[in-house]
Amino acid sequence: MSNIRVLVAKPGLDGHDRGAKVVARALRDAGFEVIYTGIRLTPEQIAEAALQDDVKVVALSLLSGAHNTLFPKVVELLKEKGLNDVLVIGGGVIPDADIPGLKAAGIAEVFTPGTPTSAIVDFINANVK
Amino acid sequence: MSIETLKAGLAKYHEDVEAKLVKTPERANLEPNRLYTPLDIEGFDYERDLGFPGEYPFTRGVQPTMYRGRFWTMRMYAGFSTAEESNKRYKYLLANGGSGLSCAFDLPTQIGYDSTDPMSEGEVGKVGVAIDSLADMEILFDGIPLDKVSTSMTINAPASVLLCMYIAVAEKQGVSADKLRGTIQNDILKEYAARGTYIFPPKPSMRLITNIFEYCSKNVPLWNTISISGYHIREAGSTASQEIAFTIADGIAYVEAAIKAGMDVDAFAGRLSFFWNAHNNVLEEVAKFRASRRVWAKVMKERFGAKKPKSMMLRVHTQTAGSMLTAQQPNNNIVRVALQTAAAVMGGTQSLHTNSKDEALALPTTESVTIALRTQQIVAYESGLADTIDPLGGSYYVEALTNKIEAEAWEYIKKIDELGGAPEAIAKGYIQKEIQDSAYKWQMDVEKGNRIIVGVNKFQQEEEPPKNLLRVDGSVGKLQAEKIAALKARRDQAKVDETLAALKAGCADESVNLMPLILDAVKAYATEGEICGVMREVFGEYQAHTQL
Amino acid sequence: MNIVEGVLNHNRLALAKAITAVENEYDNAVEIMTALYPHTGNAYVIGITGPPGAGKSTLTDKLAKEFRKRGKTVGIIAVDPTSPFSGGAILGDRIRMLDLSSDEGIFVRSMATRGSLGGLSQKAGDAVKLMDAFGFDIIIIETVGVGQSEVDIVKTADTTMVVVIPGMGDDIQAIKAGILEIGDLFTINKADREGTDKLNIEIEMMLELNPEHVSWRPPINRTIASKGEGIEAVVDSIEDHQKYLTESGEIVKIRKARIKNEVTAMLNDKVNRYIDKNVVATDEFDALSRTL
Repeated sequence: MSNIRVLVAKPGLDGHDRGAKVVARALRDAGFEVIYTGIRLTPEQIAEAALQDDVKVVALSLLSGAHNTLFPKVVELLKEKGLNDVLVIGGGVIPDADIPGLKAAGIAEVFTPGTPTSAIVDFINANVK
Repeated sequence: MSIETLKAGLAKYHEDVEAKLVKTPERANLEPNRLYTPLDIEGFDYERDLGFPGEYPFTRGVQPTMYRGRFWTMRMYAGFSTAEESNKRYKYLLANGGSGLSCAFDLPTQIGYDSTDPMSEGEVGKVGVAIDSLADMEILFDGIPLDKVSTSMTINAPASVLLCMYIAVAEKQGVSADKLRGTIQNDILKEYAARGTYIFPPKPSMRLITNIFEYCSKNVPLWNTISISGYHIREAGSTASQEIAFTIADGIAYVEAAIKAGMDVDAFAGRLSFFWNAHNNVLEEVAKFRASRRVWAKVMKERFGAKKPKSMMLRVHTQTAGSMLTAQQPNNNIVRVALQTAAAVMGGTQSLHTNSKDEALALPTTESVTIALRTQQIVAYESGLADTIDPLGGSYYVEALTNKIEAEAWEYIKKIDELGGAPEAIAKGYIQKEIQDSAYKWQMDVEKGNRIIVGVNKFQQEEEPPKNLLRVDGSVGKLQAEKIAALKARRDQAKVDETLAALKAGCADESVNLMPLILDAVKAYATEGEICGVMREVFGEYQAHTQL
Repeated sequence: MNIVEGVLNHNRLALAKAITAVENEYDNAVEIMTALYPHTGNAYVIGITGPPGAGKSTLTDKLAKEFRKRGKTVGIIAVDPTSPFSGGAILGDRIRMLDLSSDEGIFVRSMATRGSLGGLSQKAGDAVKLMDAFGFDIIIIETVGVGQSEVDIVKTADTTMVVVIPGMGDDIQAIKAGILEIGDLFTINKADREGTDKLNIEIEMMLELNPEHVSWRPPINRTIASKGEGIEAVVDSIEDHQKYLTESGEIVKIRKARIKNEVTAMLNDKVNRYIDKNVVATDEFDALSRTL
């Protein structure tokens, strides 16, 4: 029996966790095991949690506009820790113009406001190795 | 028409309608009844339930003439990047008919970190202006006469520090504190429950709040010392009833704390203010505003024995619902904001911020902020909604809905009382859980199509990504770091050390009012991070206990 | 990466992968366990259980820090229930242990119960062994005290601690029936609340009535975990219990019983799986059950 484990985390100082919590619950209801770590995490805390819990997916949520700094930093730290096959996805108030840069930095997909949670579930199911 | 005739007539009407429904069915999932009649407000007593504007229980509004005298304050929430940039935006808004300022601070400022703190990485100047010390605050209000404008500051955990900075800037302008008008949000309970920019644990946080109440009642008497906020609770996903219920429960906790600290209820209650969300469902929102005034009036009169009418008035600032803006077809947001504005105005708000169409994507540009401000002006001058008081009063539907929301709010307040009050209900995770459940239900309703959001789950179209979004680049952090370094080189360090030591000693002694000590440190140009750092050392930090 | 070598060389990623392998019953699971088993037996295992909302994870966080102060490294296994509807789970204990993540001497692993099939107690037991082989001095398993499989896990610990809080009303009756008798020590958390003294007396009385506690009398400590109060005394009590077990030779009995339990659980599991595969999942069984 194997369940996909997903870390849902909010890097930075942004406290708006409505989306992260809704996504966490939706992922649980889709059969994933969700490690929810709440708000105000440093990229280091997120990467270390991902390692210890050996998750397949790290889902980052950020509404403050700090995504261009913090999302790539998480990816970098994951790689440093040897977690090369973790799927990193992001969501929040993210302008379209930033998405190519984030993808180039290793964010597999970016979900912007209005995305149904089912799209996130489908993406994870289709892309987790 | 007698009640009997009405009942009979209504029964026949429904019967006739039902017969036709086979051919022309009604839409599914409609929440209100088909039709509202006097039967839905049976026992309605004008004097008891509504009264006159400016009179208990204030259902129709807190002032006798409402907008026939003066429109609500058109207060646009703004702030980004550096103090210099934000100062320009404030001056632009005032020049274009904005009647009050509303400062947005960046997250490091809201959580008591200097821009140079490692925790601030990536966040400096992003969601608001970066303020590290009095020096930034002086630039922020440069050329703005503080005896002429009223200023609202969205600041909570370090509200005392930012208020002291404001007082110090005014002093330099030659404006004494007793002339200052404005509001600090200062509502820590909703930070634990919904917004997340807390610093200290509840007990010292409540102490800081009562310290502010006490200090301002003597020194800054025109200042609104708290803005008890339902806005963020609603943004986090609550229903309309939950928004006012949880917020009024928070309000009860603040009043209790101040009374416990030895204050007379009528000495501070008149300076309490509220902050509501203006959501999409226009009539529900109008009813919410009306119900909230009635609930608060009863709480203050019956529970706390307030004597002054001012103590019983729920005065409210409103912001249109940010969470209802869509990233898809952003121009549609202009229409949403217009309807939300209509709701807030028919609900009788005292001041209003209207969101800009591009805020689901980024901070607003000057152009989109202007449209948002013009929306308020159109509602004020052209729509007629502001020409008579409480225009929906007496509507069967709105009165019935007002009663319903009030009843639901009382239910929640009762439940929270049973749990030991709002701080305890938050500690137990009850309020957070209720909000999360509502948020999840909303999302699932949207995904199942039970709730339609135009452009999101219906009437979608291919569109070009929007251009001209406001960008705050990473250089702000570097700029602030340079400013802090320069400040530290020129300030009198001995004075800083001395005032911080005095503050630290004061923190350890619960009988001390911290406001004068914070003011001293601010005037010595201690940074916000240094001041909050001292308080962190003594008070510790709050750890959220999220349950899902 | 060679997982076995990695674990023995204190590679944290290897440990994480090893736990995943046993949890998901990957092909290499048996091989990993076989290779690492000889390196186990050095850690001291503490089970923490109690009703939902008792503050177990906050307490675990604080205990771990106290053990670190005393020079011990700590592995933590935090168990949360799987949703019976979706098979998914929200594992929310880590949120209360976030500042442990910067400490190399601590490793936290969240586990879901994943239903009874497959035996959570066996998998958690395997995870304990992996952390043991990695070299942690102390291993804490924290799980909510509802359901037999959860109780089974903590029962296998060297020291089992039951956490309770005042103000649960009649709940104490329910707990009494379930988990109170397995406690080697008791902690009343949130002890600044009303009803602490009353709860203390109730536990005392219950212990009086239990004839098993002759040579070791379970101590009752009071904590306010959120403020870090009373933590040192709890760790002292754990160390006292450890000393008692060692000096009395009880530790040998406990560990032998644990091995027996593990083997029994393994056999039960095998039999259950056999029945599931060869009986329950057959068309014949299905047809037969329809006639009932």
